[in-house]
Amino acid sequence: MVQPLNYLKESASQTAGPYVHIGLAPGAAGFNIFERELGWDIAGPDARGTRIRVEGVVYDGTGAPVKDVLIEAWQADANGIYPHVEDPRHADCATGFRGWGRAITDFDTGVWGFDTIKPGVVQGRNGRPMAPHINLWIVARGINIGLNTRMYFDDEENAADPVLNLVEQVHRRDTLIAHKTGPNTYRFDIRLQGDGETVFMDI
Amino acid sequence: MKPAEFYQRDRLWQPPALTPDYKTSVARSPRFAMLSLQGSMSEITGPTFGHSDIDAIDNDLIKNYAKTGDPVGERIIVHGRVLDENGSGVPNTLVEIWQANAGGRYRHKKDSYLAPIDPNFGGCGRTITDDQGYYYFRTVKPGAYPWRNWVNNWRPAHIHVSVFGTAFAQRLITQMYFEGDPLIAKCPIVQTIPDQRAIDQLIAPLDLNAAVPLDCLAYKFDIVLRGRRSTLFENRLEGN
Repeated sequence: MVQPLNYLKESASQTAGPYVHIGLAPGAAGFNIFERELGWDIAGPDARGTRIRVEGVVYDGTGAPVKDVLIEAWQADANGIYPHVEDPRHADCATGFRGWGRAITDFDTGVWGFDTIKPGVVQGRNGRPMAPHINLWIVARGINIGLNTRMYFDDEENAADPVLNLVEQVHRRDTLIAHKTGPNTYRFDIRLQGDGETVFMDI
Repeated sequence: MKPAEFYQRDRLWQPPALTPDYKTSVARSPRFAMLSLQGSMSEITGPTFGHSDIDAIDNDLIKNYAKTGDPVGERIIVHGRVLDENGSGVPNTLVEIWQANAGGRYRHKKDSYLAPIDPNFGGCGRTITDDQGYYYFRTVKPGAYPWRNWVNNWRPAHIHVSVFGTAFAQRLITQMYFEGDPLIAKCPIVQTIPDQRAIDQLIAPLDLNAAVPLDCLAYKFDIVLRGRRSTLFENRLEGN
């Protein structure tokens, strides 16, 4: 026998289920309970940067829209700074910038969206810059453990991004890139399975 | 100082994406392998919340939607700690819960189960852990309810729990079950978890010491988030 290591194990994930809105977006479930619902202010009105809207649909393996999905976004500000103590520049983060938000779908169409500011280049590992991106976490009925992915922008310099370059099949990198559809709007569809399956990440 | 990364998530402990007995997972599970990423600034940071984001009553589901009186059901306290895999408490982190009422009905426009809505029960709450990672809620014990999977599937009584931790890499949603519930072993959603020890870790024991005599029972539920490495001898992180 050897000494025990005594680490704890991470709690197992369980699906967020079809009624995730009750807990995380009760207004969408059909009632008001909290003074302030969380997740609708990624970038407050004082935060500087280019205001953008991101929209998309999550598709299942049959090509049908997933209408009960909830997506969380986490991103840096326009200068690439995260509002978190682990970012060495966090004291300079934009005023009123939370960096985190939630998006839920229209129950009829499956379209989700959120308003934010466009993130800047973020310092990556070993000083290698990462192209502007928004980190996404996707939960829904039928998803046993939240799916992580990243959304990049098709009007940015993505070629040298160290994470995109880790995707072995080059054409699959396109699944991580949002398309500009208007002056300040982007489209980012997510495919859980099948043709064009989005690259998901074990972070 | 180098930012410390998280221990890799144990994918043999966590449920896989494809679990055919839970039918909805079949069309909603990615088929390709995930891309494994070493932690960068995007993963080791995450949102922070403060007491200005919530109200004191938000963790009391017996009172936070009461209109004409208290909700029907077995009054319970749910309490415990948010810990990391190193055994340290995770302070000041947001914990959100949601659940069905005592009859097994959710207050949701998409729930059409024949059990009635309770006019005094919303079914959601939230709180922020204290400096030791401790949290508590007061609520009523949720009822079991049927769901469409096989024709006679019933969810065991459960409370959905959402936790943040300090980093986006720790984000977790799980469900808390109740000691002694015979439906746990029969539930295809519970059984998506491959390791029985991981299932046991989601079952809250009755905690009479935390009950309020002549008022309400208590269950204890600790939640474990991923732990972080120490930066021993690391002066160059290899790789990308």
